[in-house]
Amino acid sequence: MDDAPAPVFEEPWHAQVFAITVALNEAGVFQWTDWANRFGTTLKQHGLTRDLNGGSDYFYAWIETLEDFLADQKIALPNDLQFLKSAWEQAYLQTPHGQPVKIQRT
Amino acid sequence: MPHDDHSHSLLPSDPALRVKALETLLVEKGLVDPAALDEIIDTYSHKIGPQNGAKVVAKAWVDPDFRAALFSDATSAVRDLGYYGRQGEHMVAVENSATTHNLIVCTLCSCYPWPLLGIPPGWYKSDAYRARAVREPRAVLSEFGTTLAPETKIRVWDSTAEIRYLVIPERPPGTDGWSEEQLAGIVTRDAMIGTKLVEAPA
Repeated sequence: MDDAPAPVFEEPWHAQVFAITVALNEAGVFQWTDWANRFGTTLKQHGLTRDLNGGSDYFYAWIETLEDFLADQKIALPNDLQFLKSAWEQAYLQTPHGQPVKIQRT
Repeated sequence: MPHDDHSHSLLPSDPALRVKALETLLVEKGLVDPAALDEIIDTYSHKIGPQNGAKVVAKAWVDPDFRAALFSDATSAVRDLGYYGRQGEHMVAVENSATTHNLIVCTLCSCYPWPLLGIPPGWYKSDAYRARAVREPRAVLSEFGTTLAPETKIRVWDSTAEIRYLVIPERPPGTDGWSEEQLAGIVTRDAMIGTKLVEAPA
């Protein structure tokens, strides 16, 4: 808890999910107030059993909130996301080290 | 191919893959643009941060007209300095004095005046801070090395998605005749959240 400069985001995926959420808000997909209320609810649930840290714990709650929100709005269905996640996983495992990782989409 | 060799690309963590999946789908639907995501990350990593709030505080210390405007309508006053935008739609400045100390928290999640302070630090987002800032502010302050006189009143402000607060710390003694720029240089992020004071120069 000091003033030493720290990276704004601890991990790239924290930054990425943050930016996606901000962009969706700006695209009018949801209001920030609704986002904050949902996110607050998730943090509360996750925090029932233990104290959450402000890093990965916080962003786990963030991504879960975003996935649920987009599922409720029928924008991103869980099955579609699971499929894409597996596709990315396969792509990483099959792409030789040092080459750009891409997934095939039809 | 055996999995213990390192001939393939390093597999990202589970949440990182979930985020990639989300991004892929949202880009395909035309809801987000990868270049816009990069721009957002760059903005908050490099362009917007506590240096903005520090300029506001320094100006409030040296310019009585600005100070008056800031306490009557902070959102307009800081907009005139070019600080506005996301999560800065309604900002309120709260002033420390010899008798009152202000502390900011968001008990719901992590609401914070982004245009003035950037993205909140990890501890601001932790359960420990969010719960205890309200319940035992004096103990939290002491963990930051901040000790107030016992008679100093502490006001805790709970930020929301609608209202975000900025603490205007007390100007330390020994800074008479300093320029706004010099003053801005000693105003820290934590002082503008209220967990620390602005230290007098050594």
